[in-house]
Amino acid sequence: MNKIFVIIKREYITRVRKKSFIIMTILAPIFMAAIIILPIIFMMSDKDKEFKKIAVIEDGSDLFRDVIPNTNDAQYVYLENTNVNELKRSFEEQGYYGILYISPELVNIPNAIQLISKKTPPIGLIDHINSSLKKEIEKQKLLAYNIQDLDNIIKNINTQVSVQTIKIDDAGQVKETSTGIAMALAYIGGLLMYMLVFIFGSQVMRGVIEEKTSRIVEVIVSSVKPIQLMMGKIIGIALVGLTQFLTWVILSIAVVAFVQGTVLKKTDLTEITQTLPQDIMTKNQPAIESTQVSSVEISPELAEFSKIFESAINQDWLLIILSFIFYFITGYLLYASVFAAIGSAVDNETETQQFMMPVTIPIIVGLMVALGTMQNPESSLSFWCSLIPLTSPIVMIARIPFGVPAWQLTLSMGLMVITFIAFVWMAARIYRTGILMYGKKTSWKEIWKWLKYSG
Amino acid sequence: MSLFEARNIVKQFGSFTALDNVSVSVPEQCIYGLLGPNGAGKTTLIRIINQITGPDSGELFLNGKKLMPDDVRFIGYLPEERGLYKKMKVGEQALYLAQLKGLSRTEAMKRLKYWFKKLDIIDWWGKKVEELSKGMQQKVQFITTVLHEPKLIIFDEPFTGFDPVNANIIKNEILFLRERGATIIFSTHNMSSVEELCDNITLINKARTILEGSVNKIRSEWGGNEFDVTLRGDVSPGRNDLFSVLNQQSENGNTSLRIKTSGKTLTNDILNFLMQSGEILSFNPFRPSMNEIFIRVVKSRN
Repeated sequence: MNKIFVIIKREYITRVRKKSFIIMTILAPIFMAAIIILPIIFMMSDKDKEFKKIAVIEDGSDLFRDVIPNTNDAQYVYLENTNVNELKRSFEEQGYYGILYISPELVNIPNAIQLISKKTPPIGLIDHINSSLKKEIEKQKLLAYNIQDLDNIIKNINTQVSVQTIKIDDAGQVKETSTGIAMALAYIGGLLMYMLVFIFGSQVMRGVIEEKTSRIVEVIVSSVKPIQLMMGKIIGIALVGLTQFLTWVILSIAVVAFVQGTVLKKTDLTEITQTLPQDIMTKNQPAIESTQVSSVEISPELAEFSKIFESAINQDWLLIILSFIFYFITGYLLYASVFAAIGSAVDNETETQQFMMPVTIPIIVGLMVALGTMQNPESSLSFWCSLIPLTSPIVMIARIPFGVPAWQLTLSMGLMVITFIAFVWMAARIYRTGILMYGKKTSWKEIWKWLKYSG
Repeated sequence: MSLFEARNIVKQFGSFTALDNVSVSVPEQCIYGLLGPNGAGKTTLIRIINQITGPDSGELFLNGKKLMPDDVRFIGYLPEERGLYKKMKVGEQALYLAQLKGLSRTEAMKRLKYWFKKLDIIDWWGKKVEELSKGMQQKVQFITTVLHEPKLIIFDEPFTGFDPVNANIIKNEILFLRERGATIIFSTHNMSSVEELCDNITLINKARTILEGSVNKIRSEWGGNEFDVTLRGDVSPGRNDLFSVLNQQSENGNTSLRIKTSGKTLTNDILNFLMQSGEILSFNPFRPSMNEIFIRVVKSRN
């Protein structure tokens, strides 16, 4: 037993010390954090953008006078009696960013409008112009119907809908969830599982091939049993994977704490998030008057973000992380032992192709179904694939954020344990024969024979 | 008493029989040659001794007791197909292999330093294996094979990859190990090293033992009734009924003969007859080389 630890230690240390591992482990969360934080920073630094003054010229009418409201970063100046062609030559000297040239036909012809500028205008600016004019044209068209009290009617119709999703667990506890977050978790979880099984599984395969081609394997199996060497390698690499995963979790928590502590501090996250579910929860919670005051200044984007953020915190992280670890360990053991068996059957990496196909297919099917699960977590395909052991590690991980009945989870886990034990057993039998076979191209028939050889 | 014994070993791979009722008995402190053409079953037997694979039937004994899985610490094995982790440092790797044999880290370190100095590779301790020449890698492998002071050491083609100087160093180390009490099983195709080193041999062909015994005895037996004679001058013994001449050559004015007697002839009668032809410079019973015996035995069986 002692010897397997010596093997695990070597497999672990030689990999963890590699530069590529250290870089990957530290850089990946920083990269992820950048993906999360950068949009917020952009969102918040909106005000720092270059201020643009835009000249609005109408050709022969004044239908659209002062229709486009000024925004934080752009001012729309309506110019009368100005020749477009003259202004085109000198608008920059006069301090204008561009000229918006509106033709009176605009009411009927949607593209009878031009924005002339030296630079490519930002998409936000164009959106703003489009929507303002669209509203105005709609209004004018409605006016043509001579409806009484139209202004009030329009105000009244103007509605916004945002579904709030509330999940009630068996204990009757209410949690606000976000389907968006569940989808994101399903996506990240499924993809991560797929990548980890693939990356570390094929590391096992490469490790076995390395031992075989460097011819050290016979030296080692004269000291330890082949299965000890195989399991030592598989476990050692699993620990490398777990180290990487846990480092990522810890760094992510640190990043989240950092985001919470610094970026969102100005708007005081907890207060906003309390005001949001307030509408629903006023019955059991006294309204906090003061919160209204502080939430007034919050930009809607930031409030939305904070809501998502809060809902993310509401996810059942313990279940997600524990089941992720479970499925990682068993799924990985299952696939890694198959990869080890493949590695033992070949002489070099190019020969692995013929055996890789049947192994890759269930993993890829798993990933595909996991991605489908994001859209439709209750589909029967997702259900079956989350029970079948070859795909369940990836699919179940994608289902868990949406909530999975306990019996399904238990059944899936039970099947997984039985299957991985069976696979490890078969792989070990192939492995112990395969590692000592040199120079002959292995066929499926050959592998089948190895399975039946006695010790 | 024999240190190691294998009795009636049978091993089959599917329908192919690798070993068919093979028995080997290796006396203590002996260098025992395990010979045979490629594919004869030597490697399978060696792997069975090392418990890498198990026999289908038959028994193995070490020191009179049944061989147990834990006995690997008493056995050292240098396989023919051998190598090291290329990216790993030499010292670390040697430590790793020693620990797998059950040595503690500190003990392994102490012994490794001794051996690395002895074989003059201590400067390479911190280098990666891929930076080493093949001969140096072989030295590291030799050290890791004998480091745990096994009672039984199995060398499969130990001299490949060595230049003559280093091969000689390793040869002397093997003899030294034997002197200190180790028993050695030596598998090779190099028959001159068998003559030089081995006390006993077993020759396996097509899964069966076809020749076994002490090297000296085998060679004299296979020499039959042949003698090598050198006579001064360019002479030729006449036809006679004492012996027949198998081969005759003249060298530096002398004549070399290989003669074969009927077996019942007295040596003195032959000498008497030869003296009439000329001055006898040498008269030796002919001992065929192991190489010749090997070829003859294997060919006769095929």
